[in-house]
Amino acid sequence: MAEQVYWEDVSEGMEMPPLVKNPTTQQLVRYAGASGDFYQIHYDKDFAQGNQLDGVILHGALKNAFLGQFMTEWMGPLGALKRLACQYRGMDFPGNTITAKGKVLRTYKSEGQNLVDCEIWLENPEGQRTTPGSATVALPSR
Amino acid sequence: MSTPTTFLTEEMRQQAIGLEGPPVTTEIEKGAIIRFAQAIEDDNPVFNDEEAARKSQYGGLIAPPTFLRSIRSSRREVPFDIPFNNALDGGSDWEYFEPVRPGDLITTVSRITDMQERSGRMGVMIITSTVTTYTNQFDQVVATQTTTGIRY
Repeated sequence: MAEQVYWEDVSEGMEMPPLVKNPTTQQLVRYAGASGDFYQIHYDKDFAQGNQLDGVILHGALKNAFLGQFMTEWMGPLGALKRLACQYRGMDFPGNTITAKGKVLRTYKSEGQNLVDCEIWLENPEGQRTTPGSATVALPSR
Repeated sequence: MSTPTTFLTEEMRQQAIGLEGPPVTTEIEKGAIIRFAQAIEDDNPVFNDEEAARKSQYGGLIAPPTFLRSIRSSRREVPFDIPFNNALDGGSDWEYFEPVRPGDLITTVSRITDMQERSGRMGVMIITSTVTTYTNQFDQVVATQTTTGIRY
């Protein structure tokens, strides 16, 4: 786990350390089981191709989970995730590396909390942002 | 000039918006949390290791942020057929208020908040926004999730 990041150490425009994920078809099956989402486009290639897709694709919710991991690793054990949003704009395929990236948009105090708004996204190997999003965390103060 | 096929009428929108499924309550199992964390390959000890999690600010295991997606919720079917067989998940917007722990009894209620028709590269699409509210056994709202469903 990453070291604790403190409110005082964060500034607007700061880039967050990337998180690299390497999803496989096996991970899609495990995620289907763990999440209960058994829609066949995520593990049945023939079914996916019959649905105008090139092949099986990642669950949107799995990509959401990658962004959740990206945020919880960054905020550290004393941070609190307040909001996590993303849009599934482009499809992602197993076998391709996915990188979660982000930067700090705004730091502010509200109701006694030190809040940080972040712009976050998942990038495919071509550098396209398939899954843009945003998140808000509360950070501890030194 | 070709006009895209339209399907959704204002009357249908008004029938759909506000429809709420019956509440569904799920007991959160520790094993389910750990299996979820393993499936997403997130090795953070607070999601995986009870012993280590006891030393955290939560004092025990908690669920990863998107775990709640895995518990059952019940949606009311709209009172008309949507003549598109394909479905995609368009996006998700979570707000978090309280941690989710093993043993929690989480009640979900899902409500349709919007329905729109758009034309995209795959033709006419019906886009439905649904807000799911997750409430624990202490009547605390632990999270809300707005999801965007696409039928095409």
